[in-house]
Amino acid sequence: MGLGSPHRNHPRSPAEGRGVSIVALSPGADLSGFRTAARRLIATGVSPEHVLWQIGEAPSLFGPTEDGQPAGAPLSLPRTVAALIPMVVPHRDPERYALLYALIWRVTQGERALLEVASDPLVHRLHLMRKAIGRDLHKMHAFLRFRRVGDGEPERFTAWFEPDHHILEAAAPFFVDRFRPLHWTILTPEGSAHWDTQALHFGPPGRREEVPEGDGFEAGWRDYYESTFNPARLNLDAMRAEMPKKYWKNMPETAAIPALIRSAAARTAEMIERPPQMPTKRDPIKAVAAMTDQNPTSLDELNAIIKRSEPLVPGATQAVLGEGPLGATIAFVGEQPGDQEDLQGRPFVGPAGQLFSRAMEEAGLTRSDAYVTNSVKHFKFTQRGKRRIHEKPTAGEVSHYRWWLDRELEFVGPKIVVALGATAVLALAGKAVPITRNRGPFAFGGKPFAGFITVHPSYLLRLPDEAAKAEAYAAFVNDLRQVGRLAA
Amino acid sequence: MDDALAKKLRVLADAAKYDASCASSGAPKRKAGKDGLGSTTGAGICHAYTPDGRCVSLLKILLTNYCLFDCVYCVNRRSSNVQRARFSVDEVVTLTVEFYKRNYIEGLFLSSGIIRSPDYTMEQMTLVAKKLRREHGFRGYIHLKSIPEASPWLIEEAGLYADRLSINIELPTEESLTQLAPEKSGATIQHAMGQIGERIIEAKAEKRRFSPAGQSTQVIVGADATDDSAMIAKSSFLYSAFGLKRVYYSAFSPIPDASSALPPQAPPLKREHRLYQADWMIRYYQFSAQEVADATDGGMLALDVDPKLAWALKNRHLFPVDVNRADREMLLRVPGLGTRAVDAILKARRHTTLRLDDVGRLTSGLKRARSFLIAEDFRPNAMSERLDLRARLAEPAQQLSLF
Repeated sequence: MGLGSPHRNHPRSPAEGRGVSIVALSPGADLSGFRTAARRLIATGVSPEHVLWQIGEAPSLFGPTEDGQPAGAPLSLPRTVAALIPMVVPHRDPERYALLYALIWRVTQGERALLEVASDPLVHRLHLMRKAIGRDLHKMHAFLRFRRVGDGEPERFTAWFEPDHHILEAAAPFFVDRFRPLHWTILTPEGSAHWDTQALHFGPPGRREEVPEGDGFEAGWRDYYESTFNPARLNLDAMRAEMPKKYWKNMPETAAIPALIRSAAARTAEMIERPPQMPTKRDPIKAVAAMTDQNPTSLDELNAIIKRSEPLVPGATQAVLGEGPLGATIAFVGEQPGDQEDLQGRPFVGPAGQLFSRAMEEAGLTRSDAYVTNSVKHFKFTQRGKRRIHEKPTAGEVSHYRWWLDRELEFVGPKIVVALGATAVLALAGKAVPITRNRGPFAFGGKPFAGFITVHPSYLLRLPDEAAKAEAYAAFVNDLRQVGRLAA
Repeated sequence: MDDALAKKLRVLADAAKYDASCASSGAPKRKAGKDGLGSTTGAGICHAYTPDGRCVSLLKILLTNYCLFDCVYCVNRRSSNVQRARFSVDEVVTLTVEFYKRNYIEGLFLSSGIIRSPDYTMEQMTLVAKKLRREHGFRGYIHLKSIPEASPWLIEEAGLYADRLSINIELPTEESLTQLAPEKSGATIQHAMGQIGERIIEAKAEKRRFSPAGQSTQVIVGADATDDSAMIAKSSFLYSAFGLKRVYYSAFSPIPDASSALPPQAPPLKREHRLYQADWMIRYYQFSAQEVADATDGGMLALDVDPKLAWALKNRHLFPVDVNRADREMLLRVPGLGTRAVDAILKARRHTTLRLDDVGRLTSGLKRARSFLIAEDFRPNAMSERLDLRARLAEPAQQLSLF
């Protein structure tokens, strides 16, 4: 990339438009200085070969007010170009600004899609630079090691790291995202970053000596590093390609490397050559036999498992278990516990449950003779003010709970199982089945009991007009009578 | 860190190292909250490399290496004389959090020997993950090794806290399992994989959190007689049937106190490498398992050339391919061109006509690619016809050395 040679030394403003414009930027990644300069240069039509980019102690010569020139307007660049610039500016190559300006120039001179031509030598070189920055950032995120400072509270951590490029500011947000609740400092030869759980500050360069000499967990970490190494797979090229030696001095675990390499061959040979040994431990025959015997053997055992399980959707007070005698002829399966059920820990005790009891009585069934349970065992709701509004379980949630329902019904062993509403049908049949068309006796498939589909009692409560309500209620009672006959 | 804990760590890291699945990728991006530690970046980070060239990303340990199973290939089988240890749940939590704070790791990869029962073991492992998430607000990566023999609800509970679940099939055929891992059953393993796969799909659709980084598995290479074609066919089946994210191939490695039924030998590292490349062909280059099999010599992948090159050498009539005209599918079949190079070619040629030098800037595999492609200023005529092409492109026959 040619920079063009300066014909005259003094012209400092691109506004003159002739000769060479000298732009001096701050050391490091001077993104704002570059942006300001690039806007000016483009605004005044200075081509890349007439710009000389200098990096020095002096501040940018194109600060917004410095020479009284108006700042150039923001450049309208394709998004990919705008995104590339901050990823190249931290590169330590002194040509970075010249290369980026050449890119901007060509893009604004008609080659809008230049960045898509990855085979173009300029684009190729910028891509390589971007890749180098990406790698440097990645290695800093990976290989930086914190040490705890003192043992006071709150915990404080410090690290020393030597990046290849000017990336401290670009690298710091990763550590904020990750270690937000901790106080930490990162020291580099070019600057430092400090996080106090609230704000990120950048400061002057640090020194390695400012980091404590050790950390209480470093020996353990080295133990881990040594133990996770497999001597039979020694592959030093692969290690060095990904973790070049230059990083080793700041990584405590790498002190173990020479000994691991030295002993690898002997350790491997020992494993291969050692004749197989007889087991010296007793053979735990009983334990092995008992291991397969883990399934709950009674409804009580199953219920204990359900009780201590985690609700799939957090919020429920407790798991609501099924209720009723083992060996009940009829089992009713509802949807999921409601507000009252969740608080009392019993199924069908809320308004719908009361309606259900009344209907059973009218149909000549005794509720306490039947087994009553739900497809999903935990209440799910959205909080609206003080009220907890019931929320229908999703298909995925229903299948999460179906294991338990299946086992539960196996233990109870009913002659007929009544699905109350669509969710129960889904749980029992394993797929959605329209209820209105299949109301009545129904085979759930592969089950040791007869099946029956009817509506959920809460449906009756939701019907708006009284006539419809009465009619639906009568139909529900009718269904229950039919169930009674089938169970007899 | 006290000595007793350090000693356990040595035993239980050593016992876990034969599991190859170290990745910390695929989790949804998360950031630490006010009082919760940890983040995930999507791509995963390797925090160190050991002299075996492997990535150290997660704290990969067993909860315990006591085990009631007796899998012949396994260092932790109950008949092995290795030293045993067991972590408490809190010890694992402490190690994970303290290592994490020092930027040693991306998170935890927890596995375990089977103690008492599969259910009990699974519950203990899930408890670790639950404590990390609930009590420490830990947002780093958690990978749990699921126990296929555990009850379905326990496997599903694990998915609430883990970023990734995995079940190792270890041996690709039922006969090998029966012979080498008597307590395991291929049907149980596949059933559990199917169950996890279903839950992952449902949770995604319902925007719930369930093993968001998917599930993976590991197959041991070289412990039984399964050939490479059968391995790749099995992987291809696992990817399509259960939506696995990754199949890991782990060269059967010498272990301390090996069983007499499976005498130790140098691990077939080159074969393992070729299997990963073949796996890549079916996942990224749109080859079918059958096409990979066609590129083998009697079921085994060539060791001197990579499988994509082997396929191209057997299908020379399809080459050379014109980089300025060929479609994506055909470009992906050119040895030396990866997905990135192909995408860059497709983009660039909308604006320009590519010469050989241009292609050289888009791939680092030009040496292999040039015999199979046409560029504006280049035809490989003489080259691609040469009978010694394979020999010229083969990697030097260098035995991976143990030293």
